[in-house]
Amino acid sequence: MAIDFEPRIVGFLCNWCSYAGADMAGTARICYPSNIRVIRVPCSARIDPLLVVKAFQLGADGVLVAGCHPGDCHYTEGNYYSRRRFALLYPFLEYLGIEKGRLRLEWVSASEGRKFSHVVSSFTEGLVSLGPREKVPAEGALP
Amino acid sequence: MARIGVFICHCGTNIAGTVDIGRVVEAAGQMPMVVHAADNKYNCSEPGQALIRDAIAEHRLSRVVIAACSPRMHENTFRKTVAAAGLNPYLLEMANLREHCSWVHSDGKEAATTKAIELIRMAVSKVARHEKLFPKQVSLTKRALVIGGGISGIQAALDIANSGYKVVLVEREPTIGGRMAQLDKTFPTLDCSSCILTPKMVDVAQHANITLLTSAEVKEVKGFVGNFEVSIVQKARKVDHAKCTGCGICWQKCPEKAPSEFDMGLGKRSAIYIPFPQAVPPKPVIDTANCRYHKHLRFVEEKREGKPPPQCRVCEKLCPVGAIDWEQKDEVLTEKFGAIIVATGYKAFEPAVYAELGYGKHPDVITGLEMERMMSASGPAGGDVTRPSNGEHPRDVVFLTCIGSRDEQRGRTYCSKVCCMYIAKHAIILKEHYPDVQCYVFYMDVRAVSKDYEEFYKRAQESGAIYIRGKVSGIRQEDGRLVVRGEDTLLGEMVEIPADMVVLAVGMEHSPGSAELAQALKVSYDINELFIEAHPKLRPVETMSDGVFVAGACVGPRDIPESVASGSAAAAKVAALFSQEFLTTDPMVASVDQMKCGGCLLCTKVCPFKAIDTQVLRDGRTVAVVNESLCKGCGLCVATCRFGAANLRGFTQQQLLAEVTSLWQ
Repeated sequence: MAIDFEPRIVGFLCNWCSYAGADMAGTARICYPSNIRVIRVPCSARIDPLLVVKAFQLGADGVLVAGCHPGDCHYTEGNYYSRRRFALLYPFLEYLGIEKGRLRLEWVSASEGRKFSHVVSSFTEGLVSLGPREKVPAEGALP
Repeated sequence: MARIGVFICHCGTNIAGTVDIGRVVEAAGQMPMVVHAADNKYNCSEPGQALIRDAIAEHRLSRVVIAACSPRMHENTFRKTVAAAGLNPYLLEMANLREHCSWVHSDGKEAATTKAIELIRMAVSKVARHEKLFPKQVSLTKRALVIGGGISGIQAALDIANSGYKVVLVEREPTIGGRMAQLDKTFPTLDCSSCILTPKMVDVAQHANITLLTSAEVKEVKGFVGNFEVSIVQKARKVDHAKCTGCGICWQKCPEKAPSEFDMGLGKRSAIYIPFPQAVPPKPVIDTANCRYHKHLRFVEEKREGKPPPQCRVCEKLCPVGAIDWEQKDEVLTEKFGAIIVATGYKAFEPAVYAELGYGKHPDVITGLEMERMMSASGPAGGDVTRPSNGEHPRDVVFLTCIGSRDEQRGRTYCSKVCCMYIAKHAIILKEHYPDVQCYVFYMDVRAVSKDYEEFYKRAQESGAIYIRGKVSGIRQEDGRLVVRGEDTLLGEMVEIPADMVVLAVGMEHSPGSAELAQALKVSYDINELFIEAHPKLRPVETMSDGVFVAGACVGPRDIPESVASGSAAAAKVAALFSQEFLTTDPMVASVDQMKCGGCLLCTKVCPFKAIDTQVLRDGRTVAVVNESLCKGCGLCVATCRFGAANLRGFTQQQLLAEVTSLWQ
């Protein structure tokens, strides 16, 4: 395993809780590894699983999806849909040869800056120990 | 071809201290379609904004990226800036270099600079795909619906009406007044409840801007803020209120009696009745379940055997204006409203589930609300408190608190807030009326948190009431009296108190039908069927459904001052809404491409706001169409759509894909 491996992480954060939680980590200056690149979405339910697959296809080593805690969704129930969607996505990723530990679904509230920082740190560490990812087979090359 | 300008903020040293701004500006300048990249000490300051406006003009920029703090902080500020320079305000994207980069990666300047450049690249590729968006203006009906005619609804209706807008007040019962009308006196001032409430009830009836619908219920709600269409069922009263003068001869002469709901079953009312003498409107309704003529009609209709009961119809014979209308049926009215206030209040907890307390078994075990009716000078006993079992004055009265409150086993975890105080009130009044009475209070904690409440509780103690900290395990009957057995947790021993009467301080629970009403209004409610406000602290009378407001105890246990305050607050929100000529809607909402829509209509099922309607096209296809006034822009439908027909403005599939892709360019 490469010692200096820096994983590339794409983070999809819902605007109302998790993006605000990440802002909170900033305001409180709680440092975490700089590997994550955040994409803001209104709600975790907006995240089309295809966007996650696309990120892996392009070369992401990990994808973080974070939304409001169950029951706290700004749009009342969006996070329940994302929870089910990503439960279904895991076996599909496994089929593509992408390990389970590369997609992480988390609930981070607007006040949980420390939790956000902790999630990113531990996710990054986990990806470092998993090592660089095998390339997703190009379209048409799947069995 | 888009001409993009990137403005990188130092934020003093907040960003510049960690990120190498020079390198970022250089890298940004080389990104595709970027024609101008500049840095600025403070983008958000007025000189900083002026520089942005000037650069937009000078470089003929068509889109702008602000690389600074969180969009949650300053997106609106910079939207105004670009709008002032003549650009559509939605042709702006922010890269969050402060909260998401410099502040959290202060230990690695190199890595932070690389990340900053990538965050800007993502924003640039997204902004290139932004479209001009225009908020829509929709007209609004300046007429409010208030559901529930208790003190909170009355206050809300009066305040809106006094602001000059029309109000319809809908009440399920035959009179307004709600629970407050049943109370004897109110804590901590001991004002007579009717004396302060009934003038307001009369104001409602007489106000030119208020239409009062009693014996009516909301059935269906369609539409959205500014343009609700509500179906209201006016239940058959069998009395034509247009003719009725409220002379009272019918309810005086009606021979059939039934337990009075208003008096908690302690007194009787006739089958044609007004709930209490000061009822508003002061016009009767016929209770068809008990009316002799209706019993006769049912007997004939069901073809039962034997002799039918007599027809009676005394009220019809005696009514001087011919107001009795046996043919009257339930009627559905459909009305338009711009805003809705829900003030459906509470119901007292039913204590029969506490089998050990013997409510319903021992006649001398009563609830707090029954005590109110007993104490009330206008109540069935004229204010004389007596033991239901033998009609004698009680000597020892035991109060038990937290019945249906703070009790996980009975599924009521919350504190009902008012019980501690109404018990103190009962103890004070009983002692005043009957100096030989001894009151005992079993309590868990005494919660006396509002103005003058603690002093009022002290006054109850000083009046001689004995407070015992602990719960009661059982009540048994002995020699015609009750014995209350419980633990005194401060002394750590069991105590037994002989009592003539036991008063259960029942808590508040949701009014029946709350869940159905919440569903009709698309308002969320909690596990206790209490309505959920948009924000418990900052938006306490709003709901997540725009244009629907909540007031009073339907949100959670509240006393009278809080119910009045929330009624006024909700009215103020409605008045502010109605002060606008048009409503402006957020343009960052979903849309459906009808050419791509396959008509599966899955989106209509998942939408939390019921914002997606269907439409039949001329070619016969059924497609989904977004109601932009209802859509809140969550994007759930976009990820649900199998055809790629649904999209979310401001967060389109193309924009998000571009952001992901830009990371590997």
